[in-house]
Amino acid sequence: MLTLESLTKTFFAGEASEVRALEDVELTIGDGDFVTVIGSNGAGKSTLLKAIVGLVRPEAGRILLDGRDITSDPVHRRAGWFGRIAQDPNDSTCAGMTIEENLAMASKRGRVRGLRRAVTPVLRENFRAALKETGLGLEGRLETRMGLLSGGQRQTIALLMATLANPRLLLLDEHLAALDPKTAELVMGLTDRLVRERRLTTLMITHNMADAIRWGSRLVMMHRGRIIFEAAGAAKAALTVEGLVRKFHEAGHRDLADDRLLLS
Amino acid sequence: MNIVQTLIGNTFEQGLLFAFLGLGVLLTFRFFRFPDLTAEGSYPLGGAVAAALLVAGVNPFAATFAAALAGALAGIVTALVHTRLRINAIIAGIIVMTAVYTVNLRVMGRANTPLLTTPSVFGDIVAALNAFGLPLRESVVANIAILAVFVAVVAAAMAAFLRTDLGLAVRATGENETMIKALGVDTDWTKMVGLGLSNFLIALSGALVAQNHGFADIGMGIGILVTGAAAVLIGEAIFADRTIGVWIFAAIVGVLIYRLLVVLALYVGLQPIDLKLITAVLLLLALALPRFRHRLRFG
Repeated sequence: MLTLESLTKTFFAGEASEVRALEDVELTIGDGDFVTVIGSNGAGKSTLLKAIVGLVRPEAGRILLDGRDITSDPVHRRAGWFGRIAQDPNDSTCAGMTIEENLAMASKRGRVRGLRRAVTPVLRENFRAALKETGLGLEGRLETRMGLLSGGQRQTIALLMATLANPRLLLLDEHLAALDPKTAELVMGLTDRLVRERRLTTLMITHNMADAIRWGSRLVMMHRGRIIFEAAGAAKAALTVEGLVRKFHEAGHRDLADDRLLLS
Repeated sequence: MNIVQTLIGNTFEQGLLFAFLGLGVLLTFRFFRFPDLTAEGSYPLGGAVAAALLVAGVNPFAATFAAALAGALAGIVTALVHTRLRINAIIAGIIVMTAVYTVNLRVMGRANTPLLTTPSVFGDIVAALNAFGLPLRESVVANIAILAVFVAVVAAAMAAFLRTDLGLAVRATGENETMIKALGVDTDWTKMVGLGLSNFLIALSGALVAQNHGFADIGMGIGILVTGAAAVLIGEAIFADRTIGVWIFAAIVGVLIYRLLVVLALYVGLQPIDLKLITAVLLLLALALPRFRHRLRFG
């Protein structure tokens, strides 16, 4: 479905602070795959995701969606295929607009927006049903402004917004990182349920090795802009956190500065 | 007519003329979160285009509408300068405002066009109502009634627009551009819509003010953005809740209160030449008072 061909991106090229965020990254994601991406800070995980949605323009390589080259399409033109949630709950929603207005904007993902009323009674009922399933008790607060909600509530709405229009690929950029452990568990459970119910192809970035092992059907480990390890199916199911750390060292990356962070 | 009636009449008549300005500034200053200086050009542009067309014998309604469209065009040019050439929105507004000054002089052919003998939308509406048998005379009260209906219609249309799919996209463009882009909206387009609509309304104010005051003047736009911003902020200070309807209503109430304060300032002996200073002080107060109040409450 999505193919990345030798994707390369360098920040601050030619300067002392030059960072090779992506180096010859090759990755193919098939329909229905749930890929977790693990790696330390600066491994290139977020850059990978931003390149897919078009927020970062790679200097080499191609991005193919169903065989079509979308490498140079602007963000808004590929939006119809991707639903993305960022780490900060403020990034994926509009704080000054209501819950139903945010959901209505997301329900028109990638479509032409004209002069029809955005929140129709039919849509409102759909939203209410979708909110009810989350169990957060927000179904009666459709006209509440987003900014009045907690981080976990906002991230849950962001999750609904990302999945509402059934995107080809769901992209989760450490969407649990800003949440407390209990809320994170709740949002992750809902994420997994939505992904399975709607058979969404998913790419999830995480800092947390245990999460990367626990969720999804494939695991990809990145370091310094390269993919250094992959596992799927039974091989992934057999992975342990200790095993992953060993893989890291086997790959010759003994300078792993934030082991502790990864193990957390 | 006693003095109180005169003061109230002046407040409502001039306030309602400025209501469109308030709505236009609300769009950019609040929803797009930047002061769009195109207003300083599009407001007198509205006056100039209306004046030139009225002098040429064009129907007042057509002239007023054309004037508003000219304002929209100015806003669209600012949006294009900002998005296509990637120039800061405030600088883009200043560039267009400066260019429009010359356009205004060219359109009028001089710095001031008197409109005392030409027909106006106000006179035409009164005449039309008379034809229906309503014994109305052209007066402050008649103007207030006409303007109130007009403002209500425009405000309702604006509220409806801001609740459409496109309207939500325009609002989100100002609030979270990255997000709305990720939902498939070309924000170059929504910025054009927002700035176009804003300056459409501002030029509409200019066109109506010119007809009401009986002249269009090249200097009529000086400080107009500050006036609009002061009005929007005064309205905001009064209403806490922030639904679209309240935002719009607050902007209109803000304009009326702003006008009342100006009328009172003139009444207590300040001169018309002091007006800009009064306006600046009002804006300063509207900006500073909420902060001061906050300090009083929590400090």
